[in-house]
Amino acid sequence: MSSSTDTNVTHGPNPTTPEAFPVAQGPVAIFTKAKDESLIRRRIRYQREADVGWMQRLAAQPGCEGLYACIQCGTCSATCPLSIYMDFTPRRVIQLVREGFRNDALRSQTIWLCASCYACAVHCPQNIHITDVMYTLKREAIAEKLAPKRFPIPVLAGVFYNMVRNHGRTSEFWIVLRLMLRTNPLGLLSMAKTGLALLRTGRMTLTQERVKARHELRAMLPPTEEVR
Amino acid sequence: MSAPGHTASPERYLYFPGCSLKSTGAAYEESLLTMFRLLGAGVDELEDWNCCGATSYMAISEHSAFALAARNLALAQRTGAHELMAPCSACYLVLMKTLDYRKRYAQVDQSVREALDRAGLPTTNGVRVRHPLEILYTDFGAARLKSMSVRKWTGGRLACYYGCQAVRPYSEVDDPHQPTRMEALLNAVGVPTVDYTLRTKCCGGSLTGTIPTVGVRLNYELLKEAVRNGAEAIVTICPLCQFNLDAYQAQIRADIWKTLEVPVLYLTQVLGWMLGGEWKELGLNRSISGAKVLRRWLTAPKEKEAYV
Repeated sequence: MSSSTDTNVTHGPNPTTPEAFPVAQGPVAIFTKAKDESLIRRRIRYQREADVGWMQRLAAQPGCEGLYACIQCGTCSATCPLSIYMDFTPRRVIQLVREGFRNDALRSQTIWLCASCYACAVHCPQNIHITDVMYTLKREAIAEKLAPKRFPIPVLAGVFYNMVRNHGRTSEFWIVLRLMLRTNPLGLLSMAKTGLALLRTGRMTLTQERVKARHELRAMLPPTEEVR
Repeated sequence: MSAPGHTASPERYLYFPGCSLKSTGAAYEESLLTMFRLLGAGVDELEDWNCCGATSYMAISEHSAFALAARNLALAQRTGAHELMAPCSACYLVLMKTLDYRKRYAQVDQSVREALDRAGLPTTNGVRVRHPLEILYTDFGAARLKSMSVRKWTGGRLACYYGCQAVRPYSEVDDPHQPTRMEALLNAVGVPTVDYTLRTKCCGGSLTGTIPTVGVRLNYELLKEAVRNGAEAIVTICPLCQFNLDAYQAQIRADIWKTLEVPVLYLTQVLGWMLGGEWKELGLNRSISGAKVLRRWLTAPKEKEAYV
């Protein structure tokens, strides 16, 4: 082997030129016959189905640079108080991101179940800001309209966002009312008891709170929104 | 023995209430203001503050969420203050994160700066954000609270619940893994506490409203563990923790735990009580769960009332 040919050796496939090597077409793997699909369900995707540049794009965003350092130890999943309810544990979401499984990560309930308690972030031995990664995924899921439909958490985020953007302050009564009308109108009945207890103890107002200088918010917020 | 409020101290704090302290957390605001008055410190509310954005705004738009939070810091800056007190854990975290991200990421700082400039607000990133627990611990200290305490605690043992965003990821309020400052302050004024293993476990935040089966379950675990560790009440520093633990006990009673009646108090209510505050001015009438327990504990007949 001469030294001149060594310089042309590339390690691993080059994602920019997928035609340089044979690629499986369609959902059926090239090494299995069609009937095997009923017996063996493929869990890992082929490279052409993954978005290989996605992780690099995410890691360029504030708070996400630690993605490269993940050692898949699972400390995040172990400390997460909600991982038992998630479709993918936090460790798996991180790996989905790293492998470029964009659709699976953005459609997951996991990113919305994250309640931002930062337990994973302070326990991570690699100092990855996992909560901020989850925020970045939430924003991308909203922007791409991939958030799970009628799932109450992204609906709440949208209701909350619009109220604060318009009025500068929140009023819990109106947030809960709008959230329930959009996701589960009958659920309002079960909430009435809590609402009455709050009214009785003077802990809920029925008016919409507002800041006075709303022109400042209008000057500040909309031009900032397109920046990503 | 000292009389209430005998020390004239020069402390003055600019205060960012946030939406919760004006509604579900009204008792937190009342007790906070009363407690600082009894400590001889002045508290001024930030004029025309806006919502910090909490977790939801950040989930839709990043840069405008930072701009939204930064307006409050800029308003504080305009008053000439160097510090802003944020008692709500979510507000505290969002304001801290805004300061931190503006320092760490040039693109965040630039878009926030431009937004503030369009509104004619100061663009520097210089206000320090503080939480009442950290103020009580460092500016006042356990010894001073002890010397100013005028009551004897007639209630049960308390579990100190720190929650998440006040102690994580920023560690100025207390140790993120094993916080102990609430215990230190309460024990100094003679209030007994228990070892509470779930002190920093998340209450689920808004999950009690969005996915109740998950959110209420988390709060059941927190209440169960407090009682198992010998606590008769829980003391918190966050309006959302207090609301979740307090308001959903009826649902837990109906589902699984018939005898559950655990008062959930704010640290400022307990300390304010020990400093000589009265029932209503500390918002003690606003508890939903364990209201009877609280009355039995804290309103002994006049002649028996235990002043030290």
